[in-house]
Amino acid sequence: MSSPGSGKTTTLEKTLARIMPDVTSAVIVGDICTTHDADRLAQTGAPVVQVNTDEFGGDCHLAAHVIEKAVTNIDLEAIDLLIVENIGNLVCPAEFDIGEDARVVVLSVTEGEDKPVKYPLMFRECDAALLNKIDLLPYLDYDKKAAVAYIHQIHPDMPVFEISAKTEDGFDPWINWLKSKVDQKIN
Amino acid sequence: MHEMGVAMQIIEIATASIPDEMKGSRVERVNLKVGKLAAIVPDSLRFCFQIASQDTPLAGAELVIEELPVLASCNDCRFQWTINEPVFVCQKCNSGSIQLLSGRELNIESIELAEKDEGNVDKDL
Ligand SMILES: Nc1nc2c(ncn2[C@@H]2O[C@H](COP(=O)(O)OP(=O)(O)OP(=O)(O)O)[C@@H](O)[C@H]2O)c(=O)[nH]1
Ligand SMILES: [Mg+2]
Ligand SMILES: [Zn+2]
Repeated sequence: MSSPGSGKTTTLEKTLARIMPDVTSAVIVGDICTTHDADRLAQTGAPVVQVNTDEFGGDCHLAAHVIEKAVTNIDLEAIDLLIVENIGNLVCPAEFDIGEDARVVVLSVTEGEDKPVKYPLMFRECDAALLNKIDLLPYLDYDKKAAVAYIHQIHPDMPVFEISAKTEDGFDPWINWLKSKVDQKIN
Repeated sequence: MHEMGVAMQIIEIATASIPDEMKGSRVERVNLKVGKLAAIVPDSLRFCFQIASQDTPLAGAELVIEELPVLASCNDCRFQWTINEPVFVCQKCNSGSIQLLSGRELNIESIELAEKDEGNVDKDL
């Protein structure tokens, strides 16, 4: 989950390239319209189900009944990990349970340090945060320490992974965390 | 943003909960509890409810929303307080290990049906 354009799809493309085929994965991607993200993700070889929320009369989040319908297109027995890329929105997706085991929020450094305190529910509800686009830090007046402190003010102890989905800097700890979550669930 | 969808589900749930022998009675009130940390705007929900309930058994019913504060309790020192700003850390001992006692609710508590000539009957959900 994240606001529009924080790098959910890019992070998933790079993540899938690293965990497949060890961790067999599938993706459900929500978008208000277009299949751009689904097309990008399908190139990783993972089965991708695209959900256009228009058809479901809602446009701000994926709801459980939408996921229920989407999973009928996926062979759940054949996969270890099902990833859902929610609609780009830092408010609504946090409210609605979709049956997930873990939630991750992407926050990019171009969005400003204070987003966690402006959108506390999202950071309260998530299990980990990805601080993305750190390759851009040299060009910004971004106070990374303040951003992490804000995240921890809302959710003390939440793991924060500083990454660049462009250069894949910082990916190892994030991939390890993700794999450990899958292991926990399988065992 | 999603209040219309929530209103429609409230109408669906409330309609389904009317007992058979009372089908056809007018629904006077739907009582809802909404936590302050829920991503729900009460005014917007009331507005959507009024529109979406037209031509349903809930037409004309009032949606009563009780807003619940964000109540926190510290797992370390047991201190309890109301969170009014975005700080989820114990006010007393600074611990980050806290739990929320309320604030995330989106619950239909009860619906009230009018019985012809006999006043109101409460139906707990
Ligand atoms: N410099 C830089 N650009 C990035 C990074 N991650 C993503 N981008 C760019 O940011 C833009 C948005 O990335 P997406 O991955 O499409 O973001 P998204 O969160 O999936 O967007 P929506 O699904 O539309 O909400 C694209 O132009 C990406 O190339 C990064 O780490 N560094
Ligand atoms: Mg995307
Ligand atoms: Zn305490």
